[in-house]
This record gives sequence, structure tokens and C-alpha cells, in this order.
Amino acid sequence: MLTIENLKAKIEEKEILKGLNLNINPGEVHAIMGPNGSGKSTLSNILSGKKGYEINGNVTFEGENLLNLETEERAHKGIFLAFQYPLEIPGVNTNTFLKTSINAIKKARGEKELDAIEFLKLIKQKSAELKFDEKILSRQLNVGFSGGEKKKNEILQMSILNPKLSILDETDSGLDIDALRIVSEGVNSLRNKENSFLIITHYQRLLDYIKPDFVHVLKNGQIIKSGDYELAKELEKVGYEDFN
Amino acid sequence: MDNRQKEIDNLKDYKYGFSTDIENTRAPKGLNEGVIKFISNIKKEPQWMLDFRLKAFERFKQLKEPDWQKPKYPKIDYQDLYYYSAPKSMDDKPKSLDELDPKLLETYKKLGIPLQEQARLNGIAVDAVFDSVSVATTFKEELTKQGIIFCSMSEAIQKHPDLVKKYLGSVIPITDHFFATLNSAVFTDGSFVYIPKGIKCPMELSTYFRINASETGQFERTLIIADKGSYVSYLEGCTAPMRDENQLHAANVELIALDDAEIKYSTVQNWYPGDKDGVGGIYNFVTKRGLCKGKNSKISWTQVETGSAITWKYPSCILKGDNSVGEFYSIAITNNHQKADTGTKMIHLGKNTKSKIISKGISAGNSDMMYRGLVDISSKADNSRNFTQCDSLLMGNKCGAHTIPYIKNKNLKSNIEHEATTSKISDEQLYYCNQRGLNQEEAVSLIVNGFCKEVLQQLPMEFAVEAQKLVGISLEGSVG
Repeated sequence: MLTIENLKAKIEEKEILKGLNLNINPGEVHAIMGPNGSGKSTLSNILSGKKGYEINGNVTFEGENLLNLETEERAHKGIFLAFQYPLEIPGVNTNTFLKTSINAIKKARGEKELDAIEFLKLIKQKSAELKFDEKILSRQLNVGFSGGEKKKNEILQMSILNPKLSILDETDSGLDIDALRIVSEGVNSLRNKENSFLIITHYQRLLDYIKPDFVHVLKNGQIIKSGDYELAKELEKVGYEDFN
Repeated sequence: MDNRQKEIDNLKDYKYGFSTDIENTRAPKGLNEGVIKFISNIKKEPQWMLDFRLKAFERFKQLKEPDWQKPKYPKIDYQDLYYYSAPKSMDDKPKSLDELDPKLLETYKKLGIPLQEQARLNGIAVDAVFDSVSVATTFKEELTKQGIIFCSMSEAIQKHPDLVKKYLGSVIPITDHFFATLNSAVFTDGSFVYIPKGIKCPMELSTYFRINASETGQFERTLIIADKGSYVSYLEGCTAPMRDENQLHAANVELIALDDAEIKYSTVQNWYPGDKDGVGGIYNFVTKRGLCKGKNSKISWTQVETGSAITWKYPSCILKGDNSVGEFYSIAITNNHQKADTGTKMIHLGKNTKSKIISKGISAGNSDMMYRGLVDISSKADNSRNFTQCDSLLMGNKCGAHTIPYIKNKNLKSNIEHEATTSKISDEQLYYCNQRGLNQEEAVSLIVNGFCKEVLQQLPMEFAVEAQKLVGISLEGSVG
């Protein structure tokens, strides 16, 4: 589904990714762990199409050159990024944002857009599943949300858009144990043979709830080791510093 | 690029930019007593109306064009303009729509304002003003049944002289200022509304202004009177063809609300803004003033200003009656080389008067935006309050936004609150929206509509949807 070959990325002359390789097949859950500044967020930004990077290497998504696509085109193809720091948009209510988003994607795919009633039904069902307080949906997008609410809102969006590839950029940081459980359940409920996940995290904790198929260690712009869930446990014991 | 191609490209951006090829009756070029007499004569006006005009003209000759405003413009040669231009077919006033020139009907259809009975907009009565004349007013009979008068200004002068004599110039006196006085001398047409005592007008009343002829100024005059305990919601919309020249639009609008009456006045102004390089466009120099004459009366202005090369106007409220309320909700958008100097004046004279100002300014491209507002609480206006909120949104780094509030409080029992913010659409916000599948234009439109929401909510439903789209269109191409 997603193939990354020898990916290098620079921002303002600073090299962040230095030849990264990764292959994700449909239905797989991959976790990327690494210390601060190792390039984790850069990887998620490049995959989702954030501008401002000088990029070399190949990235294909379902056989198509991903790097040639605009940010929104990648979203239309089914790539979703749960932001580490979700943005506030004053005056735009969360429901409106969600509806605009899902319909923009449906329109791009040539599918029928949801009318108000269909949308409401969908959002009611999804928020119940995620134990998400619906009242929040009538508030301005992320404005005055607590850290936990912002992250849960990302997961709600993810579950509504039902993406093929979900990238979670440190979604677990700053979450209490209950919120962490909700986030994990959100991911687990979307897991199936087709949907893939790339979970970026500092901590093994999240991986206790979402058992990944693969764990990769990112250090200094490269994946230095890959393994299964056991690797995460080992990392937790040894720490990033001494891990080679 | 040849001119034709240029025109086509422009039309993509401003879809109202077409012109109607129609034979006109024009006043001789220039401004003098003869031209004023010509206008008065062609409209078969009574002597008192001509006297009003001539008195204004005498005054005008002594006035100097103001130059304190922020947007500067090349000197206007007032002798090089036509002050009256009307479709020839309107010379013998058509008695019904069947007699109306099909070209006119077609023009309004193209503008989305069908005048024919079967296609009329539901629940909205329309007065259509084409250059210097009102060409049609819909739903007249239905309104007449309730005693509501909704007609062109020219007709009101003929049929309701007492009301016109009593109120015309009572809020904007003929001595007021340069452009307002010019209007009093040469005004051509506009709408007249009278709502009788205790009547709640059952439909939205609206006027659609269209400038068509070239080298012509539009000087419309609107007068709305809400008698005791009545209510009316009035809307105006405006468009003009695209031309390389700048055209002057200097209107006067007077509102009078008597005891317990309420007037809600909404504008969606979409005059031609000029091309991307700032060539052409309308100079929109308008005087709008409402008088809350009676106790417990209310006047509310809502404006969405997206068009014009230069917008220069301050819809104002004089809160004379005790407990009267004035409101001003504004969205002003400037893009490319557009300039705006707009805001409001709230003059508190009566006791317990309240005013509220919500202004949202958005500037993009190379444009420049100024909010200028006056809140004046007189020594007799005990327990009065004003709340002002002024927000500016900048897009890109070549535009400007300025806020100048003038605050005068001469009453210790009254208070004024002023809040102001300036923000920018961040790349991060756009990226977030893009990642959720919205393209650049959709993202900007969503963010800007969120920014303007408080004001958009004030518009009547049918207009709000249009305005929302217009906000998106006006800013197209403003982020790269």
C-alpha cells in the first residue's frame, strides 16, 4: 500500500530524514518509535503533504507517486493524519468542519455527498462508539478544547472519514489513561484487512492497547531496527540513548 | 492578450460584469442648473422638489470635496459625468411588466433577480433600479392591501408628496456634506418605503441596484419610514459591468423609526471592484443614516461589502428616542487593489440608548482596509451603553488593516466598551483543512466564514447563503 524508498528530507538546509525505507501492506499496523528530533513528525508531515520540505527519494501509495499529489488529493485518496497539535479555527463549528471535510472527500471521489440528516446519523453513531460528548461538536473547532478533547476529536474525525492509511502523530502524548483507552479503541475499531496504520509515539504505553504488527526504531533520520511488539518492550527497558 | 480574451477572463471572476446594450436617454453631460432642471423635468416633479434640488446645488457649489479619508483617488471631474441615464423604453412609463423592454427583463434574469410574476423570489418584494430609474417593483398590490407603500422614489414624489416632503432630508440635510449634498441636487431614483402604524411587513423588501451605462454616476435616494410599532426588513444588492473607468456611486439612504418601530437594513454590495491591477471599478461613496426618532425604536444595519474599487461609507444611527437601539454589523472584504474606509457612527442623544458594533474586516492581496467609527454619548444620554468589537483578518503580507475608533463620552452614567483584534490565517490552519480534504479555496472560505459568522447570522436566510458564497469568491486566488 505504502512504499517509502530512500527518503531524504531537508528543511532550511537541515537534513532531517537521511534515507528512510518503509513498506506498509494493507491491514498492517506499524509503530514508529524514536527520541525527540529523530524525524518522526517530519515523516508524518511529508506523507500527508505539508509544504516547505526539500524531498528526495520515492514514496508510492497504492502504486501512485504520492509526492506529486497536493495535500487535499492525498486526503481524497484515503490518507489521514491525526495531528500532534490540532489547530483551532475560531467561528467554525466542529460539526460544520466535519461535514465539509467528509463531503469534500466524497465529492472528489465522485460519491454522493451526505445531507444534513445522513451526516447527523453518522456522527451520532460514531460519537457514541467513542464515548465522545456530542456537545463538543457544536463548539468552535478545537477552541477552548482540553488537550484530551482535541486528541479525541482527531480520532472521531478519523473514524468518520474511515481512511485507508491513518497516521497518528504522537496522539498519545498528554493523554490520561481513560483518554488513551478511547483513542486506542478508536483505532482498533477501524482495524481490518484493508486499513493500515502508522503510529508515531515516544512511549510503549499506547502499544499495550494497540498491538502493532511491526515496530520500527527511528533514530537520526533513519530506521535503525525493525521488529515486532517485543522490540517496543526492549526499547522501554534500554532507552533510546543506548539503543543501537 | 487581446481585449476580448481579457474580458472573458475577467468575467470568470466577476460574473455580473456584463453590460446590456440598450438605447439610453441621457441628460447633457456635466453638472449645472440646466441638468438639474432636466432631471426634475423628465421626472415631472413638482416645484417643491425642484426647489429642494436647486437649494442643494447652491450649497454644493460652496462645498469642498473632503480628503481626510485613507484611500486616495484621482480627482473626479464632475463636469465630465452624465447625471442621468435611463433606458429609452422607460420614457413612456410602461404600465406593466408586459410592456417592459425584454432586454431589461433579461438583464435581471441574468443577475438572478427574476421580475416576472411566475418566477419571483418567494417572500421578497423587489424594486429594480437600472442606472437612473426604477424599472419595476414586484408584489406591490399585496403590500398595498396592508397599507404598506413600496415604490420608486420618483413615484413617491408624485403620489405621496406629504410623506416625502416631511421626511426627505430630515436625517441627511441638504447641507450635510459634499457627496450627500451632490446627491440631494441630482438624485435620480431609489426606493421609498412607508410602513403604517402597528404593521409588521409580511415580506422582505429589497432593491436591486444596477449600473449599466458608462460615464454615468449613480445617485440613488432611498427613504424608509417605519411608523409607530411597525417593523420592516429591507435588503439591497448592487452590481455593475466591468469597465476600465471608475464610476461614481453616491447614494443617500435615510431611515426613520418612530416609537416602538424597528428597521432592519441589510446590504450586500458587490459593485465591480476593478481588475487585478486595480484598473476600473466603482467608487462607492455612500451616506446612510438612520434616525431612531421615537422611544423604544430600533435600527439595525448589516452590510457585506465585497465589491467596489473604493468603499467609503459609515452607516450611522442617531439614537434620539429614549431606550432606542442602534446596531451595526459589518463584513468588509478587500482584495487585489481594493480599498475601504468604512465603519459607523452611533450618536446617543436619548436616555437608556444602546448601540452595538460588530465589524469584521478582511484584507487580502495589495488591498487596504480601514475601520473608522464614532461613538458619541451626549451629556443627556443617561445610562447609555455601547459595545464595539472590531476584528481584522489579514491574508498574505502585502495588505493593510487599520482601526480608528473615535470615542466621546460626555455622560458619567454611561459607558463604552471597545474590543479589537487582528489576526492572520496561518499556513498551519490551511494545512489542517487541506489534510481533511478541503482545497485551498474551500479552506479559506471556511476559515473566513467562521471569522464573519456573527455578522452573517444577522442576514435574512436567503441572503446569508448568497453572502457566504460571495465571501468565498471575493477571496479566490488570494492565497498561493
